[in-house]
Amino acid sequence: MTIHQHEVLIIGAGMAGLRAAIEANKVADVAVLTKIFPTRSHSGAAQGGMAGALGNLDDDNWEFHMFDTVKGSDYLGDQDAIEIMCREAPELVYELEHMGTPFSRTPEGKIAQRRFGGHTLNFGEKPALRANYSADYTGHVVLHCLYDQCVKNSVRFYSEFLVTYLIIKDNVCRGVVAWDIRHGGLHVFHAKAVMFGTGGYGRAWRITTNAFANTGDGLGVALTAGLPLEDMEFVQFHPTGLYKSGILMTEGARGEGGYLKNKDEERFMKRYAPNLMELGPRDLVSRSIQTEIIEGRGAQTPEQKSKGIPGDFVWLDVTHLGEAKLREVLPQIFDLSKNFVGVDPAKAPVPIQPTAHYSMGGIPVNAAGRVVCDAKNTEVRGLYAAGECACMSIHGANRLGCNSTLDATFHGRQTGRTIARDIGNLTYEDLPPEAAQEAQAQIDWYYKATGKENLYDIRGDLQDTMQKNLGIFREAKGLEAQLQILGELKKRFSNISLKDKSQEFNTELQEAIELGNLLSFAETIVVGALARQECRGAHWRTDHPARDDAKWLKHTLAYREEGKIRLDYKPVVITRFQPKERKY
Amino acid sequence: MKITFKVYRFDPQSGKAPYLQDFPVEVTPGMTILDALGEIKAHQDGTLVYRRSCRSGICGSCAMKINGFNRLACETQALLLKQSVIHVEPLPGLKPIKDLAVDMEIFYEALARVKHWLINPDPPPTDKERYQSPEDFKKIEVSTSCILCASCTASCPSFWADKNYLGPAAILKAYRYSFDTRDKGFADRVGALDNKHGLWRCHTIMNCTDCCPKHINPTESICHLRRMTVENKY
Repeated sequence: MTIHQHEVLIIGAGMAGLRAAIEANKVADVAVLTKIFPTRSHSGAAQGGMAGALGNLDDDNWEFHMFDTVKGSDYLGDQDAIEIMCREAPELVYELEHMGTPFSRTPEGKIAQRRFGGHTLNFGEKPALRANYSADYTGHVVLHCLYDQCVKNSVRFYSEFLVTYLIIKDNVCRGVVAWDIRHGGLHVFHAKAVMFGTGGYGRAWRITTNAFANTGDGLGVALTAGLPLEDMEFVQFHPTGLYKSGILMTEGARGEGGYLKNKDEERFMKRYAPNLMELGPRDLVSRSIQTEIIEGRGAQTPEQKSKGIPGDFVWLDVTHLGEAKLREVLPQIFDLSKNFVGVDPAKAPVPIQPTAHYSMGGIPVNAAGRVVCDAKNTEVRGLYAAGECACMSIHGANRLGCNSTLDATFHGRQTGRTIARDIGNLTYEDLPPEAAQEAQAQIDWYYKATGKENLYDIRGDLQDTMQKNLGIFREAKGLEAQLQILGELKKRFSNISLKDKSQEFNTELQEAIELGNLLSFAETIVVGALARQECRGAHWRTDHPARDDAKWLKHTLAYREEGKIRLDYKPVVITRFQPKERKY
Repeated sequence: MKITFKVYRFDPQSGKAPYLQDFPVEVTPGMTILDALGEIKAHQDGTLVYRRSCRSGICGSCAMKINGFNRLACETQALLLKQSVIHVEPLPGLKPIKDLAVDMEIFYEALARVKHWLINPDPPPTDKERYQSPEDFKKIEVSTSCILCASCTASCPSFWADKNYLGPAAILKAYRYSFDTRDKGFADRVGALDNKHGLWRCHTIMNCTDCCPKHINPTESICHLRRMTVENKY
């Protein structure tokens, strides 16, 4: 097995990984390991903007941003970390601009800003212009800019390497084992510091904005290595995914003035968020859409209409904005609507439905970006995480739009700086020989497996059942059923076989490993959701229909021990804003 | 509707020459080429290899030659091609690795040759952005939506003939930075551009512009850079 040694190893090349690499590369030997070429990372699919109270067009300030983020999180976000991020967000956005990120501009030439859900002026008074944007390509241009900077600074990349094993012993991280997708074979990466920036896991659902790559690999290997995952029951459904595919239609469409309408062409948000209307936070807007559909006010396809079947989507209507404006500020929305639902958004409303989008939970980290492994926040030496795969927790129970691009880039930078500070005190720790053996045995298992099950059917069944039982509305019955289903799916997974037995570019093997990860951490979502008997942010229990601060104002930690999920809890950090009822 | 997908198969380890394999797929409205490949891989042949990720036209992984034209598999609907047989092959001009996956190294190396990052020795303001007018942003905006899918470079006969040619994607990147009002790096890039493997290799065939999934016109960018090169020289 080839052994590589790098002082700093970053897993994942999205916004978090690339920004961290730029920082750590200033003082250390850095390698970035990524299962897809860096610019293919799903950060590039972010469309609408990056939050930051620049105040270019109104009297915004970072305290409003902090309040909105805390309120948006349904008070589960840790306010110490939120404060730092919101305070320093403008400087981070300026820095990206200085690096060359192309932003849309105000007439004076400043960075253009638009409205976004849940972002307000003066603690909830009216929508704020806080989303810094580049048309509807914001994630794309930031990702490419960061990649360009990495190449400029000679960051070393290992593209098309899939991490399969995290080497932790005595609470010290020593490196990882990864599969070389292109050529086949395992490689050991020996490092002083390892950072995960492996992104989200939307592929556990049928209807999702997420890329095929979003299989939560970092979470899977972390859980296997004995680390807990935090707040996994909080899964964001984006209100506006294209009907059936779930492809993202940016919240920027509503930020620019778009309407949501039901089958009666009624702007139904007036019943749910009379003040902010379509610009309510995502959990609320998604629930509102789903309620319209459940109560029979969903729009219908011609086929549904003729057969008398209730509709299962609503309309995103931007026709009143006019073609010229749409082409200027939402060009990508044009192409997506035309290519995937055959609708010209300047002429007709676009059919949309809520779609699995973002994981608020993840690998627990402290505000410095160091991974912590228990309720006492004990640090794991040499291990770091940032971006969607990490849980700091910035987003608590519900993330605001534009805060993920900010979180990933900001905490990529912060964590990169932490690593740069720590690296002098870190050493290459001994590699336990069993690590490579165990990693090899896992791979060998796939090649030797001779079962009858088809891994793609298992994946499809996982997605369908998660969609049904862990959607926007949840109840004990469905959650218990899903726990049982996961057990059955795991049993079926142990009975798969691969058609492709080759080493080189075996994407079937890759998809099998990814499915193993999906099945692994999915259990933490279900167990956490079943235990949390309240409604908070994106976690909505119809059988426990209220927030319960007395019992549940706390973070969940889920461990896998002897094949079972054990839950523990830790307190929320509350500094400036005491929990209040959440109204928009 | 049943469509026959004729898919390019190649495994260097097998010692066999590349061939086209037929896969019949029941195609429903809205189904994309990528959906069809997924269906083939899941239920007909798990050994089929292709790259994909976002399936929404932004990551640039799944460019391939579909019925003779370089496109993104993810945003090409099978029924809209109005053919009962659809040929799916790897991007031309790049070395096939396995089935539909190609070696992108020379494509990425060409990018690096044009120094695809902002070059400006002047320090930026400390507490605000550099200003840029909306008109100046417009000059580079479309070029910044390039997803590096390589459809353009792989459609370019000049690139097919000269693998040292930068190709339209790399030159577009040079345009994207050189025409950014915040950049002062043209002098650093011109060496890579102003030679026979650079700007002057383009014969304005415009295949790149025809096939770009993001509606970019790389040929126009090449012409702007030629003008900039000449103006800087004389």
